[in-house]
Amino acid sequence: MTEATIAKAGSRPSLLQMQGVTKVFGGDVVALRGMDLDVRLGDFISLLGPSGCGKSTALRLISGLTHPTAGRIRWDGPHGTDDLGVVFQEPTLMPWATVEDNVFLPLRLKGKRKAEVQAAIDAALALVGLDAFAGAYPRELSGGMKMRVSIARAMVTRPKLILMDEPFAALDEITRFKLNNDLLAMRQAIGCTVIFVTHSVFESVFLSDRIVIMAARPGRVIRELQVDAPYPRTEEFRTSAEYAAHCRAASDALHEAMGDAA
Amino acid sequence: MSTMTDPAVTAATDLRDDEELRRARGRRINGIARWVLPIALLALTLFWWHWVVTVNQIPHYVLPGPMLVAQTLVEDFATLAGSWWITIQVTFMALFLAVTVGVGLAILFNQSRLVEMSFFPYAVVLQVTPIIAIAPLIFIYVVDINLGLFTIDAQLVGLLICAWIVAFFPILSNTTLGLNSADHNLRDLFSIYGATRWQKLRYLQLPSALPYFLGGLRIAGGLSLIGAVVAEFVAGTGGVGSGLAFRILESSYRLQIPRMFAALFLIVLTGVAIYLAITWLTHVLLHKWHESAIKRET
Ligand SMILES: Nc1ncnc2c1ncn2[C@@H]1O[C@H](COP(=O)(O)OP(=O)(O)O)[C@@H](O)[C@H]1O
Ligand SMILES: [Mg+2]
Repeated sequence: MTEATIAKAGSRPSLLQMQGVTKVFGGDVVALRGMDLDVRLGDFISLLGPSGCGKSTALRLISGLTHPTAGRIRWDGPHGTDDLGVVFQEPTLMPWATVEDNVFLPLRLKGKRKAEVQAAIDAALALVGLDAFAGAYPRELSGGMKMRVSIARAMVTRPKLILMDEPFAALDEITRFKLNNDLLAMRQAIGCTVIFVTHSVFESVFLSDRIVIMAARPGRVIRELQVDAPYPRTEEFRTSAEYAAHCRAASDALHEAMGDAA
Repeated sequence: MSTMTDPAVTAATDLRDDEELRRARGRRINGIARWVLPIALLALTLFWWHWVVTVNQIPHYVLPGPMLVAQTLVEDFATLAGSWWITIQVTFMALFLAVTVGVGLAILFNQSRLVEMSFFPYAVVLQVTPIIAIAPLIFIYVVDINLGLFTIDAQLVGLLICAWIVAFFPILSNTTLGLNSADHNLRDLFSIYGATRWQKLRYLQLPSALPYFLGGLRIAGGLSLIGAVVAEFVAGTGGVGSGLAFRILESSYRLQIPRMFAALFLIVLTGVAIYLAITWLTHVLLHKWHESAIKRET
């Protein structure tokens, strides 16, 4: 596993830009209004906001599952389907397939044969610490382990960008902390860009270097915060004064967002 | 969960207290009773039947005793076996057609809304029309089908059509439901990864539909037998294909009631065997992953 170095924010090349992206459902539900976001290679961006503020909609727009009502999403440079990985709130595994076959899915859909990508599958499983469970079925795993499989599947193609929609929201706090730590380690290992949706202030501060605060009705970006603590971040960061200060700042910004939305 | 046994878990057997041992005993007794009780009840029923017939001196052309039925079954087996084989053939060919046409149509409907909207009404019409009411018409219109290598006799074609009409709808409707019930997040995932229609069908929709299909198959298995028997009643005597239903009709004309019972027994046996086979198939295909087939320890 090569340790990809993650350049300092600001000096990184751009990966994609959302320019004035607006999404309206059913003619009158403005899920997202005029969202601008410049995603740079190596960013770990959290979209933080109350439910209904358009976080999931933003991810669906970036993933190409739905198209903007107005505005546009521009990728810098060519990109194909293996440049993108997705993790949903539910593990979203195929119950009839083993852990290994679930992780194989993105490659299978590329027309790859299992034998030729076995190394990539094994590496992805090792990355999430589930090499011993390759032959298990999803029902045999705990919630946290299923989520790890889901992450392994998103990472198996070594994508440039991984979109995560509240992936740990349904897990208990102990498991969530562990997965937060491990996610950062995995990201460090494969050096991908992440856009991470959450409604937990603590999670967003711990994980990301950019926090985009959003408000609902209509869904929109309120402001962006920087968390400039260096990676790798460990449990120590979680108890530092710096972390506490960032949490307060994010929390205040969030309250402001909720306040003017009410 | 074979993958996760560790020594601490295996050692736990020795930690059972009296309460748990009592529960374990209860489970063991339950396990034995599951087999013994139905068999004992069956034996009791047969004995009671025998007793009623003997004590009341019921003549065998009204109600034969179980012994006489068994004896007839053995003595007439040469005749009955031929008919039995025909009924089995019709049943399985009809079931096979029901599965291929049912699944094929379900996939076709799933791939094209237009086709579904156009043809689904006909499927419903076929389903709601009592087979007994259209069977006579079917037998008027059928002709021999020449397949080059062999020819299917018109009567057999009629039987097949009737049994197929009865059996295919549960397969069609269940499989259609199954194909549409794939997890929507998984569907999104397939789209994001640029899956083709065929890949979506092969790797997502068909596996999702499997439990539903098997539910439909369980119903269709019984229905194809019912269809085969009912159709033969309508077709009546004559013709080459003379299945068990024909034997029953024939026996009733000749007041050979024991033989009727023997034929009936073979029909029931066939139905139960089909049911068990499909239950077994369901278990084999689903026990690793589907909720309906997973046994949990409590
Ligand atoms: N497919 C849809 N059809 C209609 N309304 C939708 C749809 N998807 C989202 N919305 C609406 O758009 C708003 C934003 O939704 P979403 O992006 O899911 O918010 P979040 O993920 O931040 O909770 C909500 O008001 C939601 O009801
Ligand atoms: Mg959401």
